[in-house]
Amino acid sequence: MSDAKGNGAMRIGVYVCHCGTNIAGKVDVAEVAKYAGTLPGVVLSRDYKYMCSDPGQELIKKDIAEQKLNRIVIASCSPLLHEHTFRGAAEKGGLNPYLVQMVNIREQDAWVTEDRGAATTKAKDLVRAAVRRLPFHQPLEKKHVPVNPAVLVVGGGIAGIHSALTLAAAGKKVYLVEREPTIGGKMAQFDKTFPTLDCAACILTPKMSAVRSHPNITLWTMSDVVKVDGFVGDYKVTVNRRARYVKEELCVGCSECIAACVYKDAKFPDEFNMGLGKRKPIYLPFPQSTPLVAVIDPATCIEFKTGKCKKTCVEACADRKAIDFQMKDEMKEIAVGTVILSTGFKPFDPKNTPNFGYGKFKNVYTALEVERLVNASGPTGGEVIMRDGKEPKSVGIIHCVGSRDEKTNRWCSRVCCMYSLKLAHLLKEHTGAEIYNFYIDMRTPGKAYDEFYGKLLDEGVHFIRGKVAEVTDCTLRPDEEGKLVIRAEDTLAGFVRRIPVDMVVLATGLEGQADAQDVRRLFNISCSAEGFFLERHPKLAPVSTFTDGVFIAGACQGPKDIPDTVAQAGAAAAEVLALIDAGHVELEPNTASIIEEECSGCKSCVALCSYNAISFIADKKKAWINEVLCKGCGTCVAACPSGSIRQNLFEDAEIFSEIEGVLSRG
Amino acid sequence: MKYSYFPGCSLKGTGRAYEESLLPVFKALGVDMTELDDWNCCGATAYMSVDEVKAAALAGRNLALAEKAGGDLMAPCAACYLVLMKTQKRLEEYPAVRGEVGHALGQVGLSYEGKVKVRHPLDILVNDIGVEVISKKVVKPLKGLKVAPYYGCQIVRPYATFDNQENPQTMDKLLRAVGAEVVDYPMKTKCCGGSLTGTLPEVGVSLVHGLLREASRRGADVISTVCPLCQFNLDCFQDRVSSNYEKSAMPVVYITQLLGLALGLPMKELGLHRGVVSVEPILAQRELLHV
Repeated sequence: MSDAKGNGAMRIGVYVCHCGTNIAGKVDVAEVAKYAGTLPGVVLSRDYKYMCSDPGQELIKKDIAEQKLNRIVIASCSPLLHEHTFRGAAEKGGLNPYLVQMVNIREQDAWVTEDRGAATTKAKDLVRAAVRRLPFHQPLEKKHVPVNPAVLVVGGGIAGIHSALTLAAAGKKVYLVEREPTIGGKMAQFDKTFPTLDCAACILTPKMSAVRSHPNITLWTMSDVVKVDGFVGDYKVTVNRRARYVKEELCVGCSECIAACVYKDAKFPDEFNMGLGKRKPIYLPFPQSTPLVAVIDPATCIEFKTGKCKKTCVEACADRKAIDFQMKDEMKEIAVGTVILSTGFKPFDPKNTPNFGYGKFKNVYTALEVERLVNASGPTGGEVIMRDGKEPKSVGIIHCVGSRDEKTNRWCSRVCCMYSLKLAHLLKEHTGAEIYNFYIDMRTPGKAYDEFYGKLLDEGVHFIRGKVAEVTDCTLRPDEEGKLVIRAEDTLAGFVRRIPVDMVVLATGLEGQADAQDVRRLFNISCSAEGFFLERHPKLAPVSTFTDGVFIAGACQGPKDIPDTVAQAGAAAAEVLALIDAGHVELEPNTASIIEEECSGCKSCVALCSYNAISFIADKKKAWINEVLCKGCGTCVAACPSGSIRQNLFEDAEIFSEIEGVLSRG
Repeated sequence: MKYSYFPGCSLKGTGRAYEESLLPVFKALGVDMTELDDWNCCGATAYMSVDEVKAAALAGRNLALAEKAGGDLMAPCAACYLVLMKTQKRLEEYPAVRGEVGHALGQVGLSYEGKVKVRHPLDILVNDIGVEVISKKVVKPLKGLKVAPYYGCQIVRPYATFDNQENPQTMDKLLRAVGAEVVDYPMKTKCCGGSLTGTLPEVGVSLVHGLLREASRRGADVISTVCPLCQFNLDCFQDRVSSNYEKSAMPVVYITQLLGLALGLPMKELGLHRGVVSVEPILAQRELLHV
């Protein structure tokens, strides 16, 4: 037997892996190896305990040298796990790595077959198929593409900030794009951080300033990525810089325009303070906004609404001339090699749990609102004054609002137990109120987290295990009059409790951003139905995506706290640095290509390609596949009506021989 | 649109004011409705907890008849609605129950494919007919009448097929469409006591009291219901509430009675005289009485 092109005799080596008892427990591996030795072209066959181990790989190398093997079959686990390992071993032994074929007799055989005889027969069938296919394999070469060392980071919360600073420190050029007028994200709104009770601003704002002043970072706030072209190493990204109406290069953040605004009093709900405070049409989101540049909201500014404002802000700015009512959105195009998405989360909207009375009872708050309420630079200067003007003497904190709930979100939001403890501590510290936590389970895994829970227990905060049924103003007893009554089954005591309180705090869960699906499409990555971006592997590739060169970090990947977010941000930066410092990316050669003479120019394939790898060359009237973008999914190959697309490693002859092999049980 | 109407035993007995008002209202709205021929007791909530399979067979017979008749099956009584829905789900989800029920139905020459949609009148009024259509047909708006919408526990739990489970809105919408003033009534899905008024009267009456008291404290003139048992409990135990707790005289009517009034249907055809606590004085006070 010789290879398809007659390049000499086939010398196939077959290796059957035991994988401990994973395979050997169900498959008679010795029998499979013995059988493989009888197949045409096979000159050597062995079974071995762990083929992926160093001795296993050494065996392959030694056999290539000694037995002059020119094709190799490994019957073991899924190629997803070890194809890379075995191709590598073959390459080290001097054989082209694409002359190796893996056969999955673990996931697709041993683990899913009850009967030992049947499992052994199936393993033989699969090995025979691989042996039949291999003569058609040709040596293939990997392609190398250079990597542009500039990086795009999308989202300027703590994740984006940390990634950007890490990359900038390594000397890489970073574009940090943020859609809000300032970076800082949700963390900037927090008062303290658990469990250490560090002031969030104190640990965050130095990093924000560092971003602003770092020569390697270009910071674009009020900006959205609108278009992404290209591929790993060579992305072309279009960013829309929305008009701020204040020139960033001229404004010094002196705030005199704000003081001079024709609105003497701030009148409009202030986004940063969750609408609990007021701002003017020209404003700074918060004192440490970065960049410290005023912004004009055209929806509330009189000049934009009527064109007849006295423009006292412009007068106040005087010679600086930073205010520009004519400013337009500006499109910027940048070239980067890699992308980190750190677009964060959206807090659950408690209007979807009407039984807790948010929006109906004014003293029901979300946790993020309370963060602002207890913050010294918040709307009440850190005094806990409720919407009715009073200070609460009793507070109920309801956990798992929009988390672990079949009716809203099924997942645990991971941070709510801990931030509820933190808020309980802060509310007690600020007001001396009695605090009641209503929880399903307390989830406090994390360094010094459970100790913090213990501290709260010692502080005399009450904990009631039970899901809250409702918050109501329907009273039954005199002590409930004028209060909000929290009704919950106390599942430890075994009865229904009614706890009257002045203030209710809803520990709202974390959701994916409302526009997560749009961002997903823009960057061609995957996103779960819940709105969180999908990592390439939940354990082993947690910040990679299925699109090379695009990484994810922080809560856009799933709910997580600040330490985990920062860890991921660092990891994403490291992954990016690995690509940049390698200088180029290797591309697998399992790509498709057009047989130009046979292409009829029907364009069927163009629309089908999920990776935008196929374009239509108008003057030639032929399709063309960009091998750098092609992921080798095979969709176009199968769809082509004239059969004029071929794919490396999936040639017709290879596939048909494999099928014949499976079906030709002797 | 064609519906089979499943009255259940209440609408022919204690809850007859419900049927008396329901039929003319649907007729006035141009809905084709035929009483299901040869229907039987739904088994109510009690039978389900005694023997699930036999209860499913009993209720399933009605579903089989409805499937033969064609069209959706309207069940106005909250208990009938829930039992029929529950049976439908059991038959869908449990092949063993489906087998046994199928066998039982086969004995009397019936079969059931699972195609019937069980519908509540609120669902049909809001989603099939539409509040705009209804509001256009109003000749006597219920101006000034303050109504507490009371849905009871069964029509949105456990299956919330047509309304919000925590804060149902369909009755609120209908009441507003006919010009009534809807009172914010947080007790709208709380238990009326069910059969506890008979078996553990002190518990049942205390629940009735909570519902009446809250409606009265929020300024309601009447409570509007969609369940014969709720209506019965709230209406008939007010003397007990008055003697055990505080004086209570809150009229409790069916939504269909109020709709009929607003559509200008003759009062005597709406069973408005049947309440233990008479609704007529408050209607007179709000100048809503007509012949």
